[in-house]
Amino acid sequence: MATYKISVNNKLLTVDADPDTPMLWVLRDHLNLVGTKFGCGIAQCGACTVHFNGFAVRSCQLPVSEVKDSKIVTIEGLSAEGTHPVQQAWSEVDVPQCGYCQSGQIMAAAAMLKHNPHPTDEDIDLSISNICRCGTHYRIRKAIHLAASKGGVTK
Amino acid sequence: MSDQTVSRRHFLKVSSIAGGGIMFGFHLLTDASPVKHAAGTIFSPNAYVSIDSNGLITLMSPNPEIGQGVKTALPMILAEELEVQWDKVVVEMAPLDQSKYGSQTTGGSGAVRSRFTPIRNAGATARQMMITAAAQQWGANEGDCYAENAFVIHKPSGKKLAYGDLAAKAALLPVPASVKLKDPKDFKIIGTRVHNIDNHKIITGKPLFGIDTRREGMLFAIVARPPAFGKSLKSFDDTETRKVAGVKNVVSVPSRNLVAVLATSTWAAKKGRDVLKVVWEETSKLESTPDHDASFTELLNNYSEKPGRNDGDIDAALNNKDYKIVEAVYETPALSHANMEPLNFFADVKDGKVDLYGPTQVPARLRTEVAKAVGVPETNITLGMPRQGGGFGRKLQPDNGVEAALISQAAKVPIQMLWMREDDMQGDFYRPPSMFKYKAAISPANELVAWHLNAAVLSGGRASNPDGFPAKAVANYRADNHSLKTNIQTGPWRAPTSNSVAFADECFLDELAHQMKKDPVALRLELLEKAKNQPVGKTDGGYDVAKYKSVIDLVTQISGWGKTKKPNVYQGFAAHFSFSTYAAHVAEITKLKDGTFRVTKVYSAVNCGRVVNQSGAETQVEGAIIDGLSHALFSKVTFDKGAVEQTNFHTYKFLRMKDAPIEVIVKFVPSEDAPTGLGEPGLPPMAPAIGNAIFAATGIRYRKLPFEFAKA
Repeated sequence: MATYKISVNNKLLTVDADPDTPMLWVLRDHLNLVGTKFGCGIAQCGACTVHFNGFAVRSCQLPVSEVKDSKIVTIEGLSAEGTHPVQQAWSEVDVPQCGYCQSGQIMAAAAMLKHNPHPTDEDIDLSISNICRCGTHYRIRKAIHLAASKGGVTK
Repeated sequence: MSDQTVSRRHFLKVSSIAGGGIMFGFHLLTDASPVKHAAGTIFSPNAYVSIDSNGLITLMSPNPEIGQGVKTALPMILAEELEVQWDKVVVEMAPLDQSKYGSQTTGGSGAVRSRFTPIRNAGATARQMMITAAAQQWGANEGDCYAENAFVIHKPSGKKLAYGDLAAKAALLPVPASVKLKDPKDFKIIGTRVHNIDNHKIITGKPLFGIDTRREGMLFAIVARPPAFGKSLKSFDDTETRKVAGVKNVVSVPSRNLVAVLATSTWAAKKGRDVLKVVWEETSKLESTPDHDASFTELLNNYSEKPGRNDGDIDAALNNKDYKIVEAVYETPALSHANMEPLNFFADVKDGKVDLYGPTQVPARLRTEVAKAVGVPETNITLGMPRQGGGFGRKLQPDNGVEAALISQAAKVPIQMLWMREDDMQGDFYRPPSMFKYKAAISPANELVAWHLNAAVLSGGRASNPDGFPAKAVANYRADNHSLKTNIQTGPWRAPTSNSVAFADECFLDELAHQMKKDPVALRLELLEKAKNQPVGKTDGGYDVAKYKSVIDLVTQISGWGKTKKPNVYQGFAAHFSFSTYAAHVAEITKLKDGTFRVTKVYSAVNCGRVVNQSGAETQVEGAIIDGLSHALFSKVTFDKGAVEQTNFHTYKFLRMKDAPIEVIVKFVPSEDAPTGLGEPGLPPMAPAIGNAIFAATGIRYRKLPFEFAKA
């Protein structure tokens, strides 16, 4: 067990955890930020996607000891009231079915748009690899284009 | 509901509990559940509707929400008849109470289908009582009053009273025995595009799901279960486990063959389980997939004892030397449910009482099973239901709740049990694998005159739908069903039976069309004409010819079937009837520059009666199409000595964005009929539509799922 000071959603937080504890579980079980979801634990599904210095990473493979000075942003920190253009687009297109994987999908899409504000379908194919069993892919694609058209890069 | 009499009407309770909170609709004196609601008088003529004196309208959604959209659709129906604006109501998930809500099972695409009229009645009853209360207050005729946007309006004078202001008076009125439902032409909410009621919570990451449950004093439980079907718990050594930081306890539940590690975090519990030394012993046969396949082949050499349907003389037709005989064997694999939210449950067993909270499609059955397992009366068990990260039939099994309760009982602490993905893959109740052997005869007049389907499935259910299309359209028709005994758990999986047999039936029909040199759609229309004009055998049950034709006509129209001139684009057609709904798809595949194929566009026509929520209905069909495509391209479960070979998503594969269709076009056949199921029927025709498109593109017939051509 060790003590870590990590930046999550622009707040410096103290966590007592084993060094190998994945950020997924630090967020969910230590910090009670349960918007980041567990799906597979092996970086396949993307339900646990968070931003690591602005890039989308799968937090199930990110040990707390590796975070150091990096900035972590979770779905709870993407915007205070769900006003990020990607969140708004998700709502406008009515993307969610069960909704479980969607925070990971939104974080993946928001990170992509930050680095590629006007993605083509091919860009989306290559950048978004999250799993959704409900099959919301068609609406996710629509929502990403909508967010891009409204300036999805503001954050 | 609307049949309540005055003597049973004890719904009025006045409370001054401050601070609001959840309001529960209640109407029985015997109701012992705690009541928390806003200050003021509550009008609640039935379990579904509550209106307080501040005008707050709460609608209860009775069926578990697993992503099929009932938490939005059912309250829409209530709001329609209640005459309130959709954006002004609060929707709550009803707790388990079947004495008030009837069956609260989610399965068989049945929630909207079975509840449409009862829920309309519940909403209309509340609306009528508001009108009566207003009319009495004004001394006016009820016939001169109408309801709109949560007001009652007196037509001659234009006077109006808000529902909130009428709540106290309405609460004293007798509940009418029968009420008049709205004329569907006046619907303002039903048939419109309403978004998922929980969207805002979902997109902002609010705790909504069972896995998000956090309670005082709760420990996280990760469980060791048998690594193969046929193995049982013999002994375990938890010395190393107890040394892991955060691990608080290790308990075993021998009756369930499990050992649970309890810790202050999921990660600590998992680490503790990883170093647990468990000895498993072989207690029954360790089965493997090749053995199942060999047994299927053996079974299909014979007819079953009793055919599911047997029209005409199948043997005579198949031995007629003048007929052309076409034979084929199709195979579908076992599948996992692989809900994105792995199984979990919260349980707190204490002082002879059980508090349960978690994902299930069968809350009542789960409570019954927990009562039996823990040894407490059902009345001592409370069960709450969160939003659920998928269902697809997995949560028709109550094992997650039972396990959690037994672990809490053994450990004497509240626990949240979570299955790791590997546990979920090995502990499923799988979609059983099947094999389908077809033999058909084509007459010299180029007509389909014999159809024999001999099908086998690994336990748990039927391999085929004996009365499904093309039954009734073929003079000599026989369907045989074999079930292979197994110790592997099988169970319903989105569109049970249909999800396998539709692939086989619809691809074989395509084969026959090519043999007959007929357009695949034209062949189906020809068969439907026969089923309509000269039906063969039993005609009750099964599909309706006109509705079946309605989706074929619509999808061929919107897809430009047979007319597409797009280069390197090929179309495949398939249709299927399940859960009282008709669905027909045209899949378009595109040959890419590297010579591989991608399903780029899918057109779908669906006849599900009246559409309640246009957005929700479209999304169910879009989702079923992509789910169907995903499994057709990538997914299979195989067993090796009782163990599942695909342990996580690196080997149990799903479609990702790069393989998803760019466009999915869903159209509904306009209908005045009562709504029918929609969570499942869009899936079965997808795999055959792709198989038929691949044949159109390559001349190669793939008869086994997942499709070899798409190996990732």
